[in-house]
Amino acid sequence: MSTGLLFALVGAALFPMGVAGLLVQRHLLRRILAFNLMGSGAFLILVGLAQRQDVADPVPQAMVLTGIVVAVAATALALALTRRLYALTGRLELPDVEHD
Amino acid sequence: MSTNEALLLAVLASSFLPGLVIFILPEQQVALRTTLNLLGAFSKLGLVIVLLAGVYQDQTYTFRHVVLPGLELALKADALGLLFITLSAILWLLTTLYAIGYLEGAPHRSRFFGFFSLCVTATMGIAMAGNLFTFFIFYELLTLSTFPLVVHRGTDKAMQGGTVYLRYTLFGGALLLAGIVWLHHLLGHTEFAHAGIVASLGAEHTGSLKLIFLLLIAGIGVKAALVPLHGWLPQAMVAPAPVSALLHAVAVVKAGAFGIARVVYEVYGVEFAQSLNLLLPLALVAAITILWGSLRALFQDDLKKRLAFSTVSQVAYIALGLALFGPVATVGGLVHQGIMKITLFFCAGNYAETLGIHKVSEMNGAGRRMPLTTLAFSIAALGMMGAPFTAGAISKAWLMDGAEAAGSPWAVWVLWTSSLLNAAYFLPILWRAWFKEAKTWPHEHIPARGWRETGWLLLLPPLLTAVATLAAGIFADSSISPLAWAQLITEREYLTRQP
Amino acid sequence: MTEALLDPLPGLILLPLAWGIAAFLLGPGRGAAPAIVTLSLQFLFCLQLTHQVLADGPATHPVGGWGAPLGIDLMADGLATAMLLLTQAVALPLAVYARAYFRPGAPEARHFWPLFGLLLAGLNGLFLSADLFNVYVTLELVGLAAVGLVAMGGGAGQIAAALRYLFATLLGSGAYLLGVALIYGSYGSVSITTLEPLVAAHAPTLVGLAGGLMLLGLMLKTALFPFHFWLPPAHGGAAAPVSALLSALVVKASFYLILRLWLGPLAPLSALHPLLPWLPALLGTAAIFWGSWKAIRALRLKMMIAYSTVAQLGYLFLIFPLLGALGGLQAGIMQAFAHGLAKAAMFAAAGVLIKATGQDTIAGLAGAAQKLPLTLFAFGLAGVTLMGLPPSAGFLAKWQLIEAALGQDCWLIALVALAGGLLAAVYVFRVLRQAFLLTAPESSLQPVPRSLEWAAFALASASVLLGLRGVELMQLLHVGWAG
Repeated sequence: MSTGLLFALVGAALFPMGVAGLLVQRHLLRRILAFNLMGSGAFLILVGLAQRQDVADPVPQAMVLTGIVVAVAATALALALTRRLYALTGRLELPDVEHD
Repeated sequence: MSTNEALLLAVLASSFLPGLVIFILPEQQVALRTTLNLLGAFSKLGLVIVLLAGVYQDQTYTFRHVVLPGLELALKADALGLLFITLSAILWLLTTLYAIGYLEGAPHRSRFFGFFSLCVTATMGIAMAGNLFTFFIFYELLTLSTFPLVVHRGTDKAMQGGTVYLRYTLFGGALLLAGIVWLHHLLGHTEFAHAGIVASLGAEHTGSLKLIFLLLIAGIGVKAALVPLHGWLPQAMVAPAPVSALLHAVAVVKAGAFGIARVVYEVYGVEFAQSLNLLLPLALVAAITILWGSLRALFQDDLKKRLAFSTVSQVAYIALGLALFGPVATVGGLVHQGIMKITLFFCAGNYAETLGIHKVSEMNGAGRRMPLTTLAFSIAALGMMGAPFTAGAISKAWLMDGAEAAGSPWAVWVLWTSSLLNAAYFLPILWRAWFKEAKTWPHEHIPARGWRETGWLLLLPPLLTAVATLAAGIFADSSISPLAWAQLITEREYLTRQP
Repeated sequence: MTEALLDPLPGLILLPLAWGIAAFLLGPGRGAAPAIVTLSLQFLFCLQLTHQVLADGPATHPVGGWGAPLGIDLMADGLATAMLLLTQAVALPLAVYARAYFRPGAPEARHFWPLFGLLLAGLNGLFLSADLFNVYVTLELVGLAAVGLVAMGGGAGQIAAALRYLFATLLGSGAYLLGVALIYGSYGSVSITTLEPLVAAHAPTLVGLAGGLMLLGLMLKTALFPFHFWLPPAHGGAAAPVSALLSALVVKASFYLILRLWLGPLAPLSALHPLLPWLPALLGTAAIFWGSWKAIRALRLKMMIAYSTVAQLGYLFLIFPLLGALGGLQAGIMQAFAHGLAKAAMFAAAGVLIKATGQDTIAGLAGAAQKLPLTLFAFGLAGVTLMGLPPSAGFLAKWQLIEAALGQDCWLIALVALAGGLLAAVYVFRVLRQAFLLTAPESSLQPVPRSLEWAAFALASASVLLGLRGVELMQLLHVGWAG
């Protein structure tokens, strides 16, 4: 088994774990972590699948680098909002959807 | 853009633009609003006279504008449309005068006259539509602009009536749209043309064409108040009197009748519709509507509701005439019935405004207190029954002749029965008004001053239309009567150009 | 740099980025004037681009002169140009509106202008992207800016709505990214044009999975039923100009991508089974009925409008079984325009009514509706478009949809379109009737700037006037149409 395929398989395992966490968890920090897990899974697949010939392909590397920047920004925004929600309500969970 | 194109747009603009300005006028600007209203009404009348002269000399007026590839907005002024346009322009002027008097001092007048103008614009558009696509645009515009007029008073009852009105008309609009798009899909266009346009489709489309006819007539039949689609009309009677007058005589119901005429004559063509066996069912529906409307009118104590059911019945005359005998019948209905019905509604409004009379049972002695109004009412009511020397006599005679000629003796029976029923629900009103002793009035708003039994703006319009009712009957043979124009329509558009 | 600014393609991305950053540097709550001026310039760019695309076909621009695959290519065909045009046409009046809506120095408006600029840069970038990965980046940019806008009010409800929105949008773009990764792994390319023949030639199961993931993620971001749960609180809870931007433009961006993928690289996959295109149509139908029902039942005005968005988005998905002919696409884009303009107008008008009465229930609007006729008129015109009554862009969209449906023997779709229009009439007239009620509660209204009313009216008029002239827009869609 090549390293690339291994990366991809690990990514394929991480991604659904992240999705499940995002959907099932209620604690906001856990959900943010789950999102990061999901993102890492996608990045691993992106790099892993593209490297089957043992020749480094620069394009996915560049893409993942960009993706990491985006993920960091999203995480920062999520953390800022979570802090704000905690300051306002003292809770780290989203309230139930109001039925209007 | 040529003058002829611009003329059609000007006819629309003469009510549309004043309407827009009136919307944003403050409530207190009575003089400016009245000036704008009358300026619009008179300039429209002037433009229509120019059109009339032009069409009489066989000029063609068309305007086309591409909306989407393969989809055109088309306006045209032909003899049939012009008849409707002229009627609307004249009656709009009178109704505007009447409404100014009727709504004096009432709230929300800017809103009222704004939508009033839009409503007339939509009616003009319906009359001038050159294809079903354009017809539909103005048809829905009419729905939208009449709803605010129906609910104008804002009471619970008004809102309820308005809701029923919307429910019927929007649903009818959806059916109509389905039919039009389907037809457009089959034909690639929906232009109105003499002797129809669908006959060119092959026999494999017969089933579709029948279904489309059903959709079109059902959609338009809502506005024409064909039974069983008439439920909104009595409910819409909560509207102020000028609106009822407009709805019944000019705009909504007549737009429906006019639409049926266009579909039967210029989309399907009489002969083709006949060959598909579509006209007999339409005639039957019309006959049922005539009898049902008359029967229901008999049992209404509310004056306006009795008139409303009378409209249901009378408009179906037009549909019956269309289905059985030919375009001259449309004139009997469109013009004659328009003039007479508007007179009745003006008078009903006068009774309510002046004496607070809303019910037939309150009419005792009203003729002595308001002789001029009651005279106008009597002329129009007698006309409705088909009495001699009135417009009604002419249209009934034409319908009877047509029924005989078309070999439909049952239609003659329907017409006779309906005439008897007309007499049965109109004569008691006249009897009460003229011959019963007066008691006190429910609520006397406007005191009599000498011969002037009510405000002159309320009095003038019904008197004028009553005179017109007589004139149309007595001078039916003259060359400027509606009848003469109807013969022009027939000669020019249906007889000579049929294959 | 100057050259790039003069070319409409990079200009449309750089200009909003520039005024967004300028607004940030100017300080909280400031930057309206440069935004409006530059937006006008963007609008002119769009018109120029439209002209160019109509005359010469699709326009391209290699950013920095690098070219794909290492550089980024920008590409504008008819579809992309149409969406750019809609975006600038909605954004410009909304900028005028927002300037009057947010009092200077108001805490809830501190970051509006920078986020607005960022959002527009992201949207324009998304429409111009020619490769799947750049699409991902712009998609995230749009999502993050939109979440920021929702959270801007700072209340607990708004923060919660923003977080819920954020998680939904991240989940959606995560699924999309995984799809991109699988596609790159299979073909070694993310260029949309390069991929088309490759997928057509050979599509392993992995690519089918990738396509499914991408579409699912984008449907979540478009709030297609049953993924609509995040939309009503986010759109109904934000400030009026923000709700308008989100409902009119942001959800259309992910819809555009679905369309782009469906017509482009994923076309061979969507043709695999004849029932596949009916899936989005089925969900769209459910969205129309469910969204309308919730809108009819809503007590709060903005909630009603937000649920109306759920319903109206459903129409966009009705076109998928009809995409075999250009008519289907034209109906969809006309609907996107109609809804974009009308919904922006409706939220703007709602903002005026809410500002004037200081409350948000439909029943409490009677007084304001009678005293603000221009706003009510704007609301009414927007309602006419949403109901699909003539003359309006919504009517043309409905007409085109029904005709396309009849042309391809999908009369069920025609029925749904007609029924949806009637349902829309129910909730629109719930608001309009307030203006006619006799017993208007005598409430003291807050004064409202006139420019708010006129901006709402301008948007509503545009949605109606487009119904009188749609030829050019339809011609634009011919450019780049393959089928």
